[in-house]
Amino acid sequence: MNEALFTLRGVTRSYSGRAIVDVAALDIFRGEALAIVGPSGAGKSTLLRMLNFLERPSSGVVRFAGNDFSDSQEMPLAVRRRVTTVFQRPLLRRHSVADNVAYGLRLRGRHDAAVDVAAVLAEVGLAHLAKQPARTLSGGEAQRVALARAMILNPDALLLDEPTANLDPHNVGIIESIVARLNRERGMTVVLVTHNLFQARRLAHRVALMLDGQIVEVDDVRAFFETPRDPRTAAFVKGDMVY
Amino acid sequence: MILTRDAAVAEIVALSLQVSGIALVLSTIVGIPVGVLLGLTHFRGKRLAVSFVYTGMAFPPVVVGLFVYLMLSRSGPLGSLNWAWLPALYTPGAMILAQTIIAFPLVAGFTMAAVIGVDPALRLQVRALGASRWQTAWATLDEARAGVIAAVVAGFGGIISEVGAVMLVGGNIAGRTRVLTTAIVLETNKGNFDLAIALGLILLSIVFLTNFVILRLQGQTLDA
Repeated sequence: MNEALFTLRGVTRSYSGRAIVDVAALDIFRGEALAIVGPSGAGKSTLLRMLNFLERPSSGVVRFAGNDFSDSQEMPLAVRRRVTTVFQRPLLRRHSVADNVAYGLRLRGRHDAAVDVAAVLAEVGLAHLAKQPARTLSGGEAQRVALARAMILNPDALLLDEPTANLDPHNVGIIESIVARLNRERGMTVVLVTHNLFQARRLAHRVALMLDGQIVEVDDVRAFFETPRDPRTAAFVKGDMVY
Repeated sequence: MILTRDAAVAEIVALSLQVSGIALVLSTIVGIPVGVLLGLTHFRGKRLAVSFVYTGMAFPPVVVGLFVYLMLSRSGPLGSLNWAWLPALYTPGAMILAQTIIAFPLVAGFTMAAVIGVDPALRLQVRALGASRWQTAWATLDEARAGVIAAVVAGFGGIISEVGAVMLVGGNIAGRTRVLTTAIVLETNKGNFDLAIALGLILLSIVFLTNFVILRLQGQTLDA
């Protein structure tokens, strides 16, 4: 787990002159599960969008597998396709569940994905809903479809932006166990943005605290929660930080 | 008269469908991509371009007819060039040109509004799944399908029932450029109210049938 898949150096993202993200240095290692925690508005989701090459940094470089992504350098489509995101809202298209799951493969020119779709839907426990219109699903089911849609692409890095924020404990448990399996069994790199510290503790190898666009501290999960170095981290994990 | 299928009436109906149908296809081919471009991209002068489209949506057809008439007349800037591919005045080609100009801003403007209405987060998700710029635009258009169909309906409605422009550039010549709307005006002026009403009913039927078919398409989209 020592090879950096993402290397961020001097990465900022500004809107109207205000820096939303200002990360001096961050390495995300291949095969690890990194949780990014922090209050709302800390810049976590913006950082995630830059990791998926959806938003260019205002300055600095996001390096992914040897390819640079910056204000002046677009990421090639083939490289961009090695990373995908599951957002807080499932954002399914107005087609069947199976069509939604197959969508990413179709974008890559694969139109014979029925077997793979069936397998992935079975993995998320929704094989029986394959033909159902996706927009008739419950919130938990829809988010599992969104996860299946990402899993089928077998990305190098799976980015999760508060994927269980609106879900009941049953669906949270299902999604967490799938993500853990993807990370531990398939070696998929996972970057999880979450408000749920317990979730970070359950899923992540390392945890980073983000405040006002900056990474305050990033450490192994145990050290982050038990012996934080920064007083702000200590306050955050104890729930003493008022924001 | 409708039941006896008068040959002249059949000819008028056929020409109406031909002129408005071709104009709608042309304006759709140009208008949908322009609408997507205006809705999804940012470029210098976009505000001005949108203003032109909005102005075009409210443009009186008879003024478009006058514009095309002046352009295509022998002493006009285009007519004097004698280009073989340019339609001459008082031909179906000139009528198609005028109706294409009338329908284009309607199709483009409503398409633009439809794609702007698609949740930007969905576009982001599509890109996150690995869509190229074109694939993202296509997915957005697919999501906005109901609105895009409405744009085409608006374009069709704007030209099938239009009379001023086709009268000016077509001339309402029997057997050559007479369409339903110009025939209704003529027969009314002649006092042939029964014939004018019959032609009006045919026009209404065409509009109703077309919209019925389109509504069914839109219904499938909305139900999906």
